[in-house]
This record gives sequence, structure tokens and C-alpha cells, in this order.
Amino acid sequence: MPKYLLIVDYRPGVIDAPMDEWAPEDVKAHMDYYGALERELTESGELIDGHALTGPELAKEVTAGAGAPVVTDGPFAEFKEILAGYQLVDVESEERAIEIAAKISRVPGPGGVPQEQPIGVRRVMGASDFELLMPDL
Amino acid sequence: MTPTTHLEDLLRELAPQVLGALVRRFGDFDAAEDAVQEALLAAATHWPRDGVPDHPRGWLIQTGSHKLIDQIRSEQARRRRESTAALLEPSPASVPAMSASTTSGAADRDDTLILLFMCCHPALTPASAIALTLRAVGGLTTAEIGNAFLVPESTMAQRISRAKQRIRASAVPFRMPDRPEWTHRVRSVLHVLYLIFNEGYASSIGDDLHRIELSGEAIRLTRTVHRMLPADSEVAGLLALMLLTDARRPARTDPDGELIPLAAQDRTRWDRRQIAEGVALIDAAVTRGAVGQYQLQAAIAALHDRAGRVEDTDWPQILALYGLLERMTGNPVVSLNRAIAAAMVHGPAAGLTLLDALDHRLPGHYRLDAVRGHLHEMAGDLLAAVEHYRAAAARTTSVPEQRYLTAQAARLKAITARPPAAE
Repeated sequence: MPKYLLIVDYRPGVIDAPMDEWAPEDVKAHMDYYGALERELTESGELIDGHALTGPELAKEVTAGAGAPVVTDGPFAEFKEILAGYQLVDVESEERAIEIAAKISRVPGPGGVPQEQPIGVRRVMGASDFELLMPDL
Repeated sequence: MTPTTHLEDLLRELAPQVLGALVRRFGDFDAAEDAVQEALLAAATHWPRDGVPDHPRGWLIQTGSHKLIDQIRSEQARRRRESTAALLEPSPASVPAMSASTTSGAADRDDTLILLFMCCHPALTPASAIALTLRAVGGLTTAEIGNAFLVPESTMAQRISRAKQRIRASAVPFRMPDRPEWTHRVRSVLHVLYLIFNEGYASSIGDDLHRIELSGEAIRLTRTVHRMLPADSEVAGLLALMLLTDARRPARTDPDGELIPLAAQDRTRWDRRQIAEGVALIDAAVTRGAVGQYQLQAAIAALHDRAGRVEDTDWPQILALYGLLERMTGNPVVSLNRAIAAAMVHGPAAGLTLLDALDHRLPGHYRLDAVRGHLHEMAGDLLAAVEHYRAAAARTTSVPEQRYLTAQAARLKAITARPPAAE
């Protein structure tokens, strides 16, 4: 089965208000939605791993220098495109990976309005079945 | 053979028979499956120390039954605690009494086959069917199966448990399917075994060599099915296909683990014993009539394996077989292979023409580019070949293929960059 990495970054979707301005019940509905989705994917045996990442404030960039590695802090130029979290799923097909990504994108924001954040879908490199499907090469 | 592998083989051979016996008696596939796993674990612990019992199968059925009865009892106790209402549950006394061995060898074989039909039920997704088959019929542990598919044990455990729920919900009776359904169900079993083999063969390239050997497992299971259904020529065809493909395994990678294409393989490293067995199987199968897709694929593999040198390959025959396979399956990947065979018989231009008809059936597929690269190279159009190899490398989904395709592009690029030799 193919594995896909589903990526969320800091682009806000249709909702601009940061979460600390949301009503508490909206925050709860948002978190509950993620929780229910995680349970669904765990029970179906599709979720391998998933994490939210700490913010860019804690991010470092490391470059190997001639001597000691050079460590720099953020912030970065393209803040909104920084990885915010990911889920690694093992699914039957790309269609299913897209279906799950759409569910993540529909996570509710204030007033229960779907946030419509863009979710990156990246297939993980897998095994080589080249010879099996191309037995004459 | 070491004592450990002998014990493992014995347990794997017995696992489906024991499971079959328990499902037959208790009716609950899900619970029986858990009980068998526990019995196998107990055997793996006790037998090396105390020696293999005189009736290993009876021992396992007995142990599994005890586990099941324990499970039923604790489940009943739990329900009693949860509810004061009187429940119509079978009392432990009504659980059938166990004897060491009451069924004949024929029933054991039937049980294994019924289990396979159950695990490969069309109601399951292929991934669930594969996992369940490896566990219930193959006797692998959940950890081993998770490892084979590079997912955590907990993920695999969920998948297996979901599959068992499905089977319970679908209420498939534990018996042989009726005649009208038979062919359809055998096909599902063969498809699942084929997928297990592919997964194993595909992952035996690159850095995944620590994974449990799934192609060997698929061959073992298919051998079992062939023993049970010796007259089914598609079963024989699939077994032949696996053996004839697996025979080339020692020659398909170089010492650095890079892919070696068929034409460049050292054929002295092919496994002659497997080839002989596969060829005998396919030759016998095709004379029985009712040629199916596995037999055709095996026949093609046999033609490659029979050629002592690449230039001895009987391409016209391979082309004819692909023609049959294409008509039978309508699969565009088969058409892709037919284009390669056509190029080998009639020249690369003929192959490239056939590929043009595939653009809309395999849109953007890297294999189409890979084959175009190959055929342009054959035709001497190195610049076009480089372009297609690069396009294929950019779209492949596997690291070994990406390296292979990138190396092809780099090799040809170096040739085209070289100044032409002085006349």
C-alpha cells in the first residue's frame, strides 16, 4: 500500500483570525474534530504517525560550517509555508489519501465554518515493482 | 535445516489447520484467531524446552480451545458484572468437549482452504485480506506482518482486527463456497497471493532486506493451494510465475544493490532448480486447457528463463503471448509490455507507435516514459532517450527505480556530450 505524508502549514485557509481570538467552544470543536479524525484513522489501520510541531519561534536552522555547525534561529522569510504538522498514512490508493486530506482541510474554525486550509499530499517513496510490471526490461 | 526453522515451519503448517478446527467448533473466527495466536506462542515457548509433543496438532487445538474457553468465561463474567439482566449465554459446560484429533487429513486440507477463502473474501480490501491471510493462514505474527509492510505493529493490529470484524459482520459461513461462486473466490485467493509475492519481490531491492521474506511466504502458501487444487491450472500458473520470477532474484541487483535490467543479468546466477520446477508446472498446466492470465504470464517468464543468452530469447513467441494477455485483461500495463516485445521483433519504431496509443490510458505514468527512453535508445535517438529517462526518474515512486533511471539518463548524456570520434 502506498504511504502518503499529509502536510499542514501556517496558511490560514478562509479564516484569518488566530486561534487565541476564537471562542472557547470553537477551539474545543476544532480539537474534537482532529481527535475524532485521528481515532477514525487509527481504527481503520491507516494512521502510522501524526504530530503537530512547535511554532517557528522555537525553530532552528543548522548549516554545516567548516568548523562547528552554524545554528540560526527563525523567523523565516516565508513564515506561512513553514510545516505546522503532519500525518503519515498508509492507504489503499491516492484517492483515499486525498479524501483524508480533504477531511483535514474541513476542520472547523469559528462558528463551525470549515477552515479550508490547504493540505499538502506527498507520496512516500516505496518499493520497486518495476521488473514485475515490466518483466521484459 | 536448523531446529528453530523446522519448528517454525511446523507451526506455520499447523496454524491454519488448528484455526480451521477451532472455527468449525466454536464458530467465532475473531476469537478463534486470537486463541490460535496464543497457542502458537505457547508452543514456541514450550516445545524447544520440552520437546515437540507426539501429536502437535492435537496439542495446539487443545491449547487453543482452553484459551478460547477462558476467553468466553471471562467475557461472560465481564457481562455479568456489567448487567444484572439474565443473559442467554452458553454456559462453559455447553462448550464442546475437545478431543486431540477427530478430523481426517482431508478435513484439515479443507479447513485450510476454507480459511483462505475467508481471509481473501471479496468484501475485504486487498490490504486487509493480505494482512489477515498472512496471520491466519501464514501463521506470521502481527509484528512480523507490520515489519513486512513497514507500518507499526499497532497499525497492523488495527487493520487485522478491522478485517476480522468485517468477516464477522458479513456472516460468511465456515464452509466451501458453492460451485457458482467457486471460480470467483479462487480468483480472489490467487490475487491476494499474487499481491503478497509482489510486495516481497519488489521490496527485496534496496535497503529493505531486513524485512520478512514475503515472496517466499507467498510461494509457500501458493504451493499449499496447488497441493489442495492440483487440477486448477491457474493455481499452477501462479505458482509457476512466482518460481520463474523469483529464480532471477540472485542476478537482479549488483553488489551495491542497484537494479540490473534483464538483458544485462548474469544468467548463470539464475536459480536453475526453481526454473526447472516452474517450467514443468507451466508446461503441464497449459496442456490442460482453460488458459488464464497467470499461465500466460508464467509462459512469458518461462521463455525468458529458458534463454541461455539474451539473444536467444524467443521474442516472437513472447509478443504473441502478450497479444493474448492483452485481449484477456485489457490492462494498459500489458499493452506497454507488448510494445516492448513488438520493438524486439519488428524494431523500436513499431514499439514507439504502439506506445502512442497508450498516452490517454496511462496519462503521465512514469513507466510509459521509461519504456520510451528504452526504445529511443534502441533506435539510437539518445537525446530523446535521455529526456524520457529523466521524465521517468522524476515521476517514479521508488528509490531504486529513481537511481536506475537517473543512471540511464546520465550514461546516455555522457555519450552524447562526447565529441564525435575522428573518422
